Amino acid sequence: MQEITYKITDPRGIHARPAGQLVKLIKEYAADCQLGCPEKMVDGKHLLSVMKLSLQQGDSLVLQFAGADEKEAADAALQFLQENL
Amino acid sequence: MQQGKAKIAGNGIAIGPVFEIKTQDLKVSDLAILSIEDELTRLQAGSEDALEQIKALIDEQGSDSAAAEILEFHAMLCQEDELLDPARELIKQGGINAAVAILQAGKAQADEFKALDDPYMQARAADMLDVSQRIASCIAGVKLQTKPSVRSVIVADDLTPSQTAAFAREHVAAIVLRQGTLNSHAAILARNMGVPSLIEASLPLNIDGKIMAVDATAGCYYLEPDEPTIVKMQQAKDDWDKEQLKLFALRGKASIAPCGHKMLVCANIGSPDEIEFALDNDCEGVGLMRSEFLYIGHETYPTEEEQYQAYARVATTLNGRPLVIRTLDIGADKKCPYFELPAEENPALGLRALRICLTRPELFKVQLRAICRAAARGNILLMLPMVTAVSEVQKAKALLEESLRELIREGKACTRPQLGIMIETPAAAVLSAQLAREVEFFSIGTNDLMQYTCALDRQNSSLAPFYDPHHPALLELIKLTARNAHAAGIWVGICGEAAADLSLTNTFIEYGIDELSVSPSRILPVRAQILSSDAECSNRRGSEILF
Repeated sequence: MQEITYKITDPRGIHARPAGQLVKLIKEYAADCQLGCPEKMVDGKHLLSVMKLSLQQGDSLVLQFAGADEKEAADAALQFLQENL
Repeated sequence: MQQGKAKIAGNGIAIGPVFEIKTQDLKVSDLAILSIEDELTRLQAGSEDALEQIKALIDEQGSDSAAAEILEFHAMLCQEDELLDPARELIKQGGINAAVAILQAGKAQADEFKALDDPYMQARAADMLDVSQRIASCIAGVKLQTKPSVRSVIVADDLTPSQTAAFAREHVAAIVLRQGTLNSHAAILARNMGVPSLIEASLPLNIDGKIMAVDATAGCYYLEPDEPTIVKMQQAKDDWDKEQLKLFALRGKASIAPCGHKMLVCANIGSPDEIEFALDNDCEGVGLMRSEFLYIGHETYPTEEEQYQAYARVATTLNGRPLVIRTLDIGADKKCPYFELPAEENPALGLRALRICLTRPELFKVQLRAICRAAARGNILLMLPMVTAVSEVQKAKALLEESLRELIREGKACTRPQLGIMIETPAAAVLSAQLAREVEFFSIGTNDLMQYTCALDRQNSSLAPFYDPHHPALLELIKLTARNAHAAGIWVGICGEAAADLSLTNTFIEYGIDELSVSPSRILPVRAQILSSDAECSNRRGSEILF
């Protein structure tokens, strides 16, 4: 399993557009993805569940990938987060 | 000619023919129910058609616009299994057509979003309903979208996000809604496009094609205006447009008077959704966030979590700029049934604001805890209303400390917010030297200070001839408060209506007022006045305000 943690810096938090882009990116990989804050994790391939986490600036987002391409998926997700959120 | 009032959602003035968008009744329950397989196919086809429609709208918009952002989100929703799967499940149970199924699934998701504590996510419920309606109308073969082909005043009960996003900018002179909210996509896009817009307008039905003059600077409209009104409004529009160009050039500038006195021009907001409007107008912070929106219109007391989310959302959106949250200020003209407050002979002099909070500390602490938690997320200051004595402030401080201790014990992230008070009673102004030793800032509420100083009921319109916003007693109290604040080394702002009164800006600079908090549309006019002021500040605090 690959796990990454990212602290959100965007003042608008994970709003609709980046949530959509992030989920789309995660779906490109075969690896399963669970993401959220440690208390509540959801399927990273489900847009509405991800949005309903209501993640805001300053929140730490944890992503766990499990599967054949977990390394690539984690790297791509981290790069996306650093560039967009 | 018919005229009426409405709430302003985006500033400006426009005159044009009405293009009325009627809410369509989908009548999907009349649709025949086919076999389960056929209904599943219908659902699939409907969602694909809806996606095509949305893609076509995106192509018309250009990919960078706020409208395109909304539409892209809708395109994702059309293919989202979390929306479609529940509809598929409903179909598999039998006895339901695909259109009804997707409407039910959309409603269920919308309800989940509405139940969230975060105001931004609550507003996304409209997107769920919008997309499910689009898919349902594709299944039913009804064409939903209508839009004007000439420049028009768009009138509707309410607009869905995708309806608003589909308008061509050049065809929208103004938007007037019978319902609508400030945080709806319609309102956000209207502001984004710089289109004058009104919400909560009481308009007659069936007015398509009639001429309407929209004054979204005064909050009123004229239907079928007479000739003098058209001439007057046209002139007002030209003046406003010219003035607006000048004001927009001031965005991003610091509010420093020529004499060297630096002020912060902040926004007064009444709910989290107004923050975007305030930022559009380049607020340097929020000098007054009224917290009553969390209480008024609700069935019961808001939870700590609900309050925390709402405060944190505004604080993070401000991205480091200060956010002054005023604690609960109900009572007098602001009513809230579930508090079960006794009827009073003189509500303005009754059990209200801080007095309620100190009488019912268990209630007050819920809000204090929420604010302390949100303060860990952004630059939050806490402000107490209706102070009349030093002991009240000390009691509130003790409750604040208690709340912080509890949160730390529970291991919850929290920060002590800067603490300030409103100076809105003559007692507080007179005692400002003593009060200044207890707190870190003052904000003068001129509306109540005026009412209590001059014994003039704000609600009584027959007293208007006696109401003098420049009353010397009021100005003397402001001056005294500012002197005492600076002598104690704390900052002082004004958040009442007088803050936006341009004929008083010079006086406030002379008094050394550090901050003015005004409604969002007044921020830039006040900044313009400060930048061109010839006043000399005689009470400079000598150091930058440290928010």
